[in-house]
Amino acid sequence: MTKRKPGFIIVDILYLSIAILPLLFGMALKIFTNPAESGISIHGARIFFKAPFILGGIVITETQINSLVAMLFILGMALFLTHGISKIPNTKRQFIAEWAVSKVEGLVGENMGQSFMNLVPFIMAILSLSAVSSLLTLIGIYPPTCDVNTIAGWALTVILFIEYYRFKCGPWGFIKSFLEPLPPLAPLNLIGEVATPFAMTLRHFGNVLSGSIIGALIAAFTAYVSKTVFGALPGILSEIPFFQIGIPAFLSLYFDLFSGCLQAFIFSMLAMLNISSAFDADGFEKRRAKREAKLKLAASQNSK
Amino acid sequence: MLEISIAIILSCCALGAAIAALTGIGPALGEGGAVAKSCEAVGRQPEAKSAVTSTMIIGCALAETTGIYALFVAILLIFVAPGSFVNILMNALGR
Repeated sequence: MTKRKPGFIIVDILYLSIAILPLLFGMALKIFTNPAESGISIHGARIFFKAPFILGGIVITETQINSLVAMLFILGMALFLTHGISKIPNTKRQFIAEWAVSKVEGLVGENMGQSFMNLVPFIMAILSLSAVSSLLTLIGIYPPTCDVNTIAGWALTVILFIEYYRFKCGPWGFIKSFLEPLPPLAPLNLIGEVATPFAMTLRHFGNVLSGSIIGALIAAFTAYVSKTVFGALPGILSEIPFFQIGIPAFLSLYFDLFSGCLQAFIFSMLAMLNISSAFDADGFEKRRAKREAKLKLAASQNSK
Repeated sequence: MLEISIAIILSCCALGAAIAALTGIGPALGEGGAVAKSCEAVGRQPEAKSAVTSTMIIGCALAETTGIYALFVAILLIFVAPGSFVNILMNALGR
C-alpha cells in the first residue's frame, strides 16, 4: 500500500459524497414529505410537483427523484472504484471494479458471442441500475422499479437495440426477418415483436410490485396479531407491536435483497438473449462480403 | 337498489381477483418441474452447475410470466376495476 497524498483523499471523499449524499437526501425527503400511515397502505409514487404543459403537464414524482438518486449513487461508486487505477491492480477497489467488469464481460461473451462486446457498458448500466433501484427499499425509500414507467423506459431502449441489430442486415434483411419461417406468419412475428418489451416490463415490475405488496400485508398482519395478543397488557406495553420486530425484516431479505438482484440479472439476461437472437450473423457476413466484392470490382473498373 | 348494485360490483371484483390468483398453480408446477430437472442435471454433471443454474433461472423467469399476468389482472380488479364499473353504472343510470 503506497502512501497517498492529501489531494487524493479529498477527491476520494468528494466521490464518496456523490454516492452517499443522494441517499441521505432521498431518506430525508421520504421522512419529511410522507404523512403518517397506519394499517395497509399500498400506493403508487407520490407526486411532488406538477407543472402545466402539453399532454397533461410535467409531473415530478418520487420515481424520478429516486431514479436520480440511484444514478448518482452508481456514478459516485464508479468514480470512487476507478479512482487512481493502475496497470497492475494493487488496491482493493480496483479489484472490485475489475471483478464487476470482467463478470459482465464474461456474461456477454458467453450469452451473446464476441461480436457483441460493445454492448457490455449498456448491459452493465442496466444491471447496476436495476439492482440499485430495487435495493433502495433497504434504506426505506420508494424503489423506482416499483413504477412501471421506469422499466418500460428500459425495455424501450432494449427494443431500440433489437431493431438496430435487426437492421444491420439491410432494409431487405429487416423485412425478411419478419417473414420467417413462412411469409403468412408475419403478423404473428409482428405481435411477438411488440410483446417482447411488454413482457420484459411486466415481468420485472410484477416481481418488485408483488414483493412490496406482500411486505405491506405482512407488516399490517404482524401489527394486527401483536395487537390482539398483547392488547391486554397494561400501559404502554400494549402499544408496542412485538411481532413487527424482525419478522418483516427477515422476509424482506428474500423479497427485497434476493428478488431485487435476481430480477436485475433476469432483465439484463433477457435483454442480451433478445438482442443476440435478433442479429442474423450469417446474413450480415454474407452482405458484407458481397459489398466488399462490389467495391473491389468498382475499384478495379475505375483503375482500368 | 343502487347500494346493492355497487355491493355486487365490489364483491364480484374481489371474487375475480381471487380466481385470478388461482393461476399461481400453473407457474408453480412449471417452475417446480424445471427446478427438479435441473437438480437432476446437477446431480448427474456437477461440473456443469453454473450453466445449469443460470439456464434454470431464465427458464423460471419465463415460466413465471403467466403468474405475473395473473397478478396484474388481480391488481387491476382490486384497484382499478371497481371505480370504472361504478362509473359505468352511474352513467347508465344518468346520475
